[in-house]
Amino acid sequence: MAEAAHIEFNPLATGSRRRQLTSKTIIYLCLTGFALMYLLPVVIIFLNTLRPLDAIVREGFIAWPESVTFSHWAEAWGSFCIGGTCEGVSRFYQNSLMMAVPATILSTAIGLVNGYILSKWRFKGANFIFGVVTLGVFLPAQMTLLPWAFVLGNLGLSNTISGLVLIHTIQGLSFTTLFCRNYFINIPDDLIKAARIDGAGFWRIFRRIILPLSPPILIVTVIWQFTGIWNEFLFGTVFTSGANQPITSAIVAFSGSGTGERHYNVEAAAVLMSAIPPLIIYLVGGKYFVRGLTQGAVK
Amino acid sequence: MSSLLIKDLRKSYGGVEVLKNINLEAESGEFVALVGPSGCGKSTLLSMIAGLESVTSGEIRIEDRLVNDEAPKDRDIAMVFQSYALYPTMTVRENMSFGMESRRIPKAEQAETIARVAALLQIEPLLNRKPSQLSGGQRQRVAMGRALVRDPKLILFDEPLSNLDAKLRIEMRTEIKKLHQSVGKTTVYVTHDQIEAMTLASRIAVMYKGVLQQYDTPKTIYEQPVNKFVAGFMGSPNMNFLSATIGESDGARGVVLDGGDGAVLPLPEGRAGGLRPGQKVIFGVRPEHFSAPQEQRAERRGERSVIVSAMVDLIEPTGSETILMTRIAGQTAVVSCEPDDAPAEGAVIGLAVDMNKVCLFDPATELRL
Repeated sequence: MAEAAHIEFNPLATGSRRRQLTSKTIIYLCLTGFALMYLLPVVIIFLNTLRPLDAIVREGFIAWPESVTFSHWAEAWGSFCIGGTCEGVSRFYQNSLMMAVPATILSTAIGLVNGYILSKWRFKGANFIFGVVTLGVFLPAQMTLLPWAFVLGNLGLSNTISGLVLIHTIQGLSFTTLFCRNYFINIPDDLIKAARIDGAGFWRIFRRIILPLSPPILIVTVIWQFTGIWNEFLFGTVFTSGANQPITSAIVAFSGSGTGERHYNVEAAAVLMSAIPPLIIYLVGGKYFVRGLTQGAVK
Repeated sequence: MSSLLIKDLRKSYGGVEVLKNINLEAESGEFVALVGPSGCGKSTLLSMIAGLESVTSGEIRIEDRLVNDEAPKDRDIAMVFQSYALYPTMTVRENMSFGMESRRIPKAEQAETIARVAALLQIEPLLNRKPSQLSGGQRQRVAMGRALVRDPKLILFDEPLSNLDAKLRIEMRTEIKKLHQSVGKTTVYVTHDQIEAMTLASRIAVMYKGVLQQYDTPKTIYEQPVNKFVAGFMGSPNMNFLSATIGESDGARGVVLDGGDGAVLPLPEGRAGGLRPGQKVIFGVRPEHFSAPQEQRAERRGERSVIVSAMVDLIEPTGSETILMTRIAGQTAVVSCEPDDAPAEGAVIGLAVDMNKVCLFDPATELRL
């Protein structure tokens, strides 16, 4: 039980002062090196958003900006022309939110209930069903393109945001079910038995006992689903076009808009903008994300 | 009216029968302990009473109502789990009110009941804490409190003390007994600890391999076990089982220990009936039924003892008593004695065996003769 304060294991706790110092130095040098390597592309893209187009053309991508302007950000957001409309990425941004938010909420909610049933209300064949559901995790998205085209066509949802919401909700269920089931399986069955004796039914146990214990896995699934759906490109490109595209597909359309001249600075601003929502989600919940993923791994 | 009646109850998983023909009855207010080694089916039986496991065949009646197919919530029972199963995200108060809320009991009545039960269990200062902020003993109390607020017909305990350390376990054992005395609810208590069963229960059901071996008062179970398993399971240290043969001297039947000097240990009058000379038996003596001959323990009660000679191999002082590992007629036997009277290791001593207390078992059927 959590009576004693948690003390982190420190492998360098013993040994000479010198040994401790050299090990620490090596560790931090390595970590800093890798961090720089990962951050460098982001920095370069960001610097390019600040530079005028002629400077980029003249000096290439990698250079320090001589003059700084934020006008490309505004242009990318509101007035740049993509595929005939001149609204910038704001419209596609909205599309992506309209797609990612409902799909995340729906797939997480259904995944929670699935996981609850598959871990705490086990029935004959529950393992088989779970196996089939998680098969979806390993199924390449390309394989599902044709069936989805058929379904969307029949439902009249081709080229709509709702169609994408449907796809992402169902495609995401494999992951959310897997996550939630594996998390709930560690909740002692005695709690459910006690609640049943206390007179609580299926939904009351879910609402009062399971859900209050779920924040760690909730954060994991929400981050996983939101970033996954936001960054998804294939379905967006295949099933939507023009004004109904999510931002990932729109940005590609953007760079290939065919006017001949490439607006690298505006494109760079658009790319960075499209990366902001998953980044915010991760910055807010990242700590819980790592903790949630490793939960129950060591016990 | 019996509070709990179990008739011809069976349970099988697939082809494996884990409970065989259980018959059990508890009077109102009785404290029944289900005791046995792990895997004997005692927890399964409790789960079936609670309605958490289905019944394969037979009947379970709570206050004469057949509950075989009733949901747990409709059986009017409460249960205390080994893991306590306190709802971790709720405070103690919420843990206790959860069941009442599910039953739509008015808020005022809930508060009143919680106050009464909390006072009874002395957990008032803990009401606003979460389970993780409680010690083991406190969690145990809260778990009992949660069971009591329901005012059930039957309280079920599933090894409630196994997660506590030795000292606290004995304290809580006394608490449970006191609680039962003051509340008077019919209780079924599962344990693998025969001392808990002996101290708490008004009747003990000893189970082994899915079969109810004996269901009787602690005194009867201890003094007149039906078979060798019950005799060996109840009591600590275990009863000694020495192989022996029935012999005769001066017309009186007695026991001759195999491998000994052939002396006949005469049985008290009335005990020898049905035994024939030459019959193989198992001679069962509890460690405390050996004593120093000069004490004349049996004689002071007007009973008889016989003296056997024992070789002391090892002594184990426990403080309150000293356990002697001895050999009697070449067979190992455990003897308990007063620490001050303990002989030295390697000594050969005479021990008086209280012949009115010994048990004889048939070596083939293991039933008591």
